[in-house]
Amino acid sequence: MTFTRFLERLLQLIPVLLGVSVIVFVMMALTPGDPVQIMIGDQIVTPEQEAQMRRDLGLDRPVVERFFVFLGNALQFDFGQSFYHRRPVSEVILERLPATIELTVVAMLIALFTAIPLGVLAAVRKNSIFDRIATVGGLLGVSLPGFWFGILLLMLFAVHLNLLPVAGRINYGISQGITPYTHFLLIDTLLNGRFDAFRNALAHIILPAITLGLPMTAILMRVTRTAMLEVLRADYVTFAQAKGLSRQRILWRHALKNALIPTVSVAAIETGSLLGGNMIIETVFGWPGLGRLVVESIFVRNYPLVQAAVLLYAVIYVMLNFFADILYTILNPRVKL
Amino acid sequence: MSVIEQSAPVAAESLFRRNMAAFVENRLAFGSAIVVVLFVLMAIFAPWIAPNDPYATNLFFRLQPPVWMEGGDRAYPLGADALGRCILSRIIYGARISIFIGAAVILVATTIGILAGLAAGYLRGWVDVVISRLVDILLGFPYLIFAIGLMAMMGPGLGNIILALAYKEWVIPCRVVRGETLVTRELEYVEAARALGASGKHIMLREILPNILSPVIVVATIRMAHVIILEASLSFLGLGVQPPTASWGAMVADGRAFILESWWVSTFPGLAILLLVLAINVASQGLRDAFDPRFTE
Repeated sequence: MTFTRFLERLLQLIPVLLGVSVIVFVMMALTPGDPVQIMIGDQIVTPEQEAQMRRDLGLDRPVVERFFVFLGNALQFDFGQSFYHRRPVSEVILERLPATIELTVVAMLIALFTAIPLGVLAAVRKNSIFDRIATVGGLLGVSLPGFWFGILLLMLFAVHLNLLPVAGRINYGISQGITPYTHFLLIDTLLNGRFDAFRNALAHIILPAITLGLPMTAILMRVTRTAMLEVLRADYVTFAQAKGLSRQRILWRHALKNALIPTVSVAAIETGSLLGGNMIIETVFGWPGLGRLVVESIFVRNYPLVQAAVLLYAVIYVMLNFFADILYTILNPRVKL
Repeated sequence: MSVIEQSAPVAAESLFRRNMAAFVENRLAFGSAIVVVLFVLMAIFAPWIAPNDPYATNLFFRLQPPVWMEGGDRAYPLGADALGRCILSRIIYGARISIFIGAAVILVATTIGILAGLAAGYLRGWVDVVISRLVDILLGFPYLIFAIGLMAMMGPGLGNIILALAYKEWVIPCRVVRGETLVTRELEYVEAARALGASGKHIMLREILPNILSPVIVVATIRMAHVIILEASLSFLGLGVQPPTASWGAMVADGRAFILESWWVSTFPGLAILLLVLAINVASQGLRDAFDPRFTE
């Protein structure tokens, strides 16, 4: 890909991001009822406080002006005050974000490292029992409601077998005295040389990560299988066989390298949909991340936070799709964007 | 005379029929389609099938285990929830919500998607630019987050769920229709219709649409499974249909508090979601293989 094509593609992001922010803004602006009254709810506030809230939200100004103020503030990562937490929204979000990123990354890694070998095996042994089981498993994976599967895993591993914790990110007692260098517990515990805490954090993350990654595993497995079947029919694989290369070498070096192109780009796109799954999975497993915070915020009508989080998720999603496109063209030079 | 009579059965062997025959031959897919039909029948005839009133609470039967377990009661085949309501009856009634919302969202979204896709693909120009930009923007949202954001703003309720899901769902049929229309509009028979002076509306709805309908139907069935899971997810979070209305997602959520001792409260409604969604997925894959050979692996 040439640099100008890259720039062009980058410029195309601008209308999309602008449109996304318009929609997020309109979502909030069209909320029926007076947002200030809704946010106050049953709390007792003085008229001065109410007027202050109205000013803070910019509700005394015209809609178009409010949008540009919102956009300007959003660009500076300023989303106003979270009345519920009595702190800036951005601060609350940043505090919860590492837990969500950590969960998402582990889910993605689990998905990649199970889906790719399974997909390759299914393709190599096409129409075998293993292939059929993998196909059925793939269908199950996309049909399972994540929230339910998570509860089943909890019942089995946390309640009946008592092997893994029911909720949270780490036991409070164990987490004491760990310096948060990165705010990713799996990394911080290792950096602090606290292997007991690492094991504890790992035990907490394993079930939510498996649940979150399951649909992605199913999808990636199918993509890898299809791509691998196609590659195995290609001339250069026949040529490699004719050269007398070993089967293993052909499979894992020649074929897989090319079969992974669609897998990698689908993985990048699917990582975006993990963001949505986060809200559900974090709720099921009591994971202290952004997803659960958003769900909780909806029920206490903490709208500035919901608005900021939806915008943040959308921007991350758009960027991930952008990188997926770029990655695809880098890996596959025949494709032109 | 006899020549005409003989040729009649040949004409009846339409593409649709041949595809349908291929679908029926795929036993797994056809069986799954029957499962889907059974779910629909269960939803329609819920009042006659359900053993109990799904809303009747009976605290004597609170968290009653299923019939085959110790302490089970034949009056409550799958046990009872925390309010002593019959789980089986609630699952049967819950099918109404899942299927109605799934069908309504797909119907609304497909109709809008077809109209927008035809307009974008056939008229091109600024119409295409506007619609395609809107599609790009809506694709910029992760689906569930978009729906959750909308539900948070609009408040829960049946109509709002349908709206919240349809707002984004139409994009998918729209892209399919636009793509197919772009190809079809260049074909000779469309050109012929144009040369005969047919109006744009006639060409879009009468010439192009019937010929691109099968991929649209295939996509609609595949998407229906997604929509049902999305609705269940919203209900699970408490953003969907409100209690006491029985909905599968909310029933799974109800059971979360009792996973220590009463596993059946969450397990059975979730199983119902899985069965219905799996059946739709398998059946739609069979439909796809029969009707759209391009997609076959």
